[in-house]
Amino acid sequence: MVETIVFYTLSALILGLGVAVITTPNTVHSVLFLVMNFLCVAVIYVVLEAEFLAVIQVLVYAGGIVVLYLFVVMLVNLKRDPEAHQDPRRLSLVGLALAGAVLLELAGIVVYSYSREPSAPVAAAAASPVQGNVEQIGWLLYTDYLIPFEVASVLLLVAMVGAIVLAKREL
Amino acid sequence: MEITPAHYALLSAALFIIGVVGVLVRRNIIIIFMSIELILNAVNINLVANARHLENLVGQVFVVFVIAVAAAEAAVGLGILLAFFRNKETVNIDEMNVMRW
Amino acid sequence: MDLIWLIPLLPGIGAALNGLLGVRYFSKRVAAGVACVTMGGALLLSIGAFYQLLGAEHREHVVTVAQWIPPIPLATASGEIGAFEVPWAFRLDPLSGMMILIVTGIGFLIHLYSVAYMDHESRGAYARFFCYLNLFCFFMLMLVLGSTFLVMFVGWEGVGLCSYLLIGFWYHKQSASDAGKKAFIVNRVGDWGFMLGIFLIFFTFGTLDFRAVAEAAAEMPVEVGGFGVLSAICLLLFVGAVGKSAQIPLHIWLPDAMEGPTPVSALIHAATMVTAGVYMVGRNAVLFSHAPMVMQVVAWVGVLTALLAATIGLVQTDIKKVLAYSTVSQLGYMFLATGVGAFGAAAFHLMTHAFFKALLFLGSGSVIHAMNDEQDLRRMGNMRLYMPVTFITMFVGSLAIAGVPPFSGFFSKDEILYRTYLNNKLLWGLAVVTAGMTAFYMFRLIFMTFFGEYRGPSWGHQEGEDHAEAHAAADDGHDADAQGHAWHGPHESPGLMTGPLWMLAVGASVAGLVGIPAAFGFRNLIEPFLEPSFTAGAAHEATEHAESHLLEWGLMGFSVLIAIAGIALAYHFYVRRPERSEQLAKHWAGAHRWLTNKYYVDELYGATAIKGTIGSARGLWTVDRHVVDGAVNGAGWLTRACAWVSHVFDKYLVDGMFNLLAWVCTEGSYVFRRVQTGLIQNYAVATLFGVFAFVTMYLIARYVG
Repeated sequence: MVETIVFYTLSALILGLGVAVITTPNTVHSVLFLVMNFLCVAVIYVVLEAEFLAVIQVLVYAGGIVVLYLFVVMLVNLKRDPEAHQDPRRLSLVGLALAGAVLLELAGIVVYSYSREPSAPVAAAAASPVQGNVEQIGWLLYTDYLIPFEVASVLLLVAMVGAIVLAKREL
Repeated sequence: MEITPAHYALLSAALFIIGVVGVLVRRNIIIIFMSIELILNAVNINLVANARHLENLVGQVFVVFVIAVAAAEAAVGLGILLAFFRNKETVNIDEMNVMRW
Repeated sequence: MDLIWLIPLLPGIGAALNGLLGVRYFSKRVAAGVACVTMGGALLLSIGAFYQLLGAEHREHVVTVAQWIPPIPLATASGEIGAFEVPWAFRLDPLSGMMILIVTGIGFLIHLYSVAYMDHESRGAYARFFCYLNLFCFFMLMLVLGSTFLVMFVGWEGVGLCSYLLIGFWYHKQSASDAGKKAFIVNRVGDWGFMLGIFLIFFTFGTLDFRAVAEAAAEMPVEVGGFGVLSAICLLLFVGAVGKSAQIPLHIWLPDAMEGPTPVSALIHAATMVTAGVYMVGRNAVLFSHAPMVMQVVAWVGVLTALLAATIGLVQTDIKKVLAYSTVSQLGYMFLATGVGAFGAAAFHLMTHAFFKALLFLGSGSVIHAMNDEQDLRRMGNMRLYMPVTFITMFVGSLAIAGVPPFSGFFSKDEILYRTYLNNKLLWGLAVVTAGMTAFYMFRLIFMTFFGEYRGPSWGHQEGEDHAEAHAAADDGHDADAQGHAWHGPHESPGLMTGPLWMLAVGASVAGLVGIPAAFGFRNLIEPFLEPSFTAGAAHEATEHAESHLLEWGLMGFSVLIAIAGIALAYHFYVRRPERSEQLAKHWAGAHRWLTNKYYVDELYGATAIKGTIGSARGLWTVDRHVVDGAVNGAGWLTRACAWVSHVFDKYLVDGMFNLLAWVCTEGSYVFRRVQTGLIQNYAVATLFGVFAFVTMYLIARYVG
């Protein structure tokens, strides 16, 4: 019962903040709504017993990426309304309609499939020699997913170099 | 009423579509980036929910990778944005058409 | 003996030096020095090689320098596959040993002589002359030393080339260049036969090596009364020999070849090159001995050539032409000897002839030189007062050729006559008549030149413009020496010219001693020495003749009498009663005209071969113009027509298709361009539409289908 209340509350917060993010005309406000959205998602992770991810969500998303957005918003010193100009050929309404259609379809799939198969089969848990969420994720990352993990690190390095090269005025 | 993975899936789908609508409708490119973050978060929620449902932590491992990619994307995308802004003094995506024929 | 390959190479080097550098850079002295030193070196090497050959047990030595043509398998008559393989091999045996001595020895003397004789020439022409002369010696030595038919053929063609170059040495003189061309073309006829002979030899025997061919031929039966493959080979080879050695009917080039400088006439057209035919027949003695029918042909061609050339020689007035016909006649003797099987005698006569004919030519050159390029016998006379050395040496030479003992010609010619007598009395009769004529025309030459009254142009007292003009006119073709080389009348030639004359005179006197007939009680040295070259090695025939020496003595006496009669007749007609010869010529005007016009052979060829060639060429030209050109033009028209059709097809169908495609693209682009708005969100909408489509498909597949 508690879980139900928490879930619905968080869901309402997440969706409402998401809508706020994409509708607020002020960019700074939009970023702030985004931070709150991420924090709510972190709480969802805690509910879902993913403590490690919750911490990462707060640290990386709310702490790192969103600060990056804020910096950019400040650096982009706008002299006029960013949305002033609108191309007549853009297909916003078509997109909106398609998005709605896809949402309906997805919802249909979810409801239909979960109603027909109420209890999904439980997959065999990986025999992990360690206990605890953080230890288990660490175990997986450094054994089975070592190479993707290293590739991800290289990706971050490349992204860092690329970002520096792009953002710097003159090398 | 029990909270099933279906609920999380619906939440994820809704958030996803909110992000998509943001990408499609807004003209401010910074907000479009943020919408992309929303899309990624929707995916993450889905992954984590199913990880718990299936009692398999691989889903959480992938969330770590998604966060890494999101960080990289944000860094590069905002770098491009800054470079562009220096030249064109705009963040309106409808005015970003220098590569059109 | 292993160094014999150097013998031809040395003159070759000399020729290369003079040809590549000399014409441009060498002074006369250096050019002459290079030529004479290389020839001298070749002479010394030849003497050394010959000396070693004399001492050797087995008198045959083959040196292979390099592989020329690697083995190529070719089918032969017997159905086997013969390896067509030609090495650069040189063969030293008695015959080639004798030949290299002749070529290098006489060649060296003539080189020395030319140093003085060609002194009038300009520097470049001088070096050019020695280059050609050395080149000739190179090829001639290759010819005589070659161990296979093909190496011999290289030399054979090479000497032909040098002959052409040297006959036409004064190429700005029309007659000289014409004579060169004539010699070259007439020789081609002979070379045609020679080449066919070589082909047939390879086809028959599967090899081109002399020794191998001879041994293979010795195994085959003698083709008595029949005409087999050996006869065919020999006949073809003989055609080559006829061309090279100026026998009837290809003798016409040799007299014309006298347009070349006199040392050339002496070296090439008397002593060496023209005897290459005789050498070649002697080289293939084994083949010829197996083809008696061809031997008869050889003998008859030889004797007829000897006789006809001698009769023409009787009336010629050009000193060199007389000697030229004499050469043709003597070559006829040599072929007569080979024809009756006396290969040794032929080679012996070849050697003695080389001496005395070179001597006579050089002597005549000396006279011509002294007379300021006057060659007409009727404008000479009493020259013995002015040039005693030339007179004495030439007199010796004439005695030798006339066959007066003990000079060399006597022994060789008598050997031939004797062997001919044993073979065929009719041939002998003709040969003896020829011998008489030889004595007559040679002494006619001597008497007209050296005796009687001086009939040449005057000189000395009237040094005026008219004389200078006459002088300029006399040698218009030559590079007249601009330093005013005034002619002071006939004079003895310088030492460089008389020296070789003396040496050749000694040679002409004593060369015969190596072949003294057995009838005199001495041993005949040369024929047993040469014998191995004429046999296949195994089949050694006894050369001892059963005939009594009495017959030999009788024949000798008879021929000496004939010779002396000829000399006496010449003395009667040209010294005692000069006017008688004129009367005789008037009396027998018809015959005289035939003789002075050389039996109209040139005219006959002009009317038949040359006219025919020109006529057929014209005919072919007409055919070419109307038929071949017509065909070509027709093909051209057809091509153009096809091209036009193709052009139309291309222009309207192919191009039309491409234009249509391009038009569709152009017009379509106006429509499709509108889709590309450049708005990134429109592309995102398209992507979303894709997502929508896929999800819809999933739904349909999963829950409907």
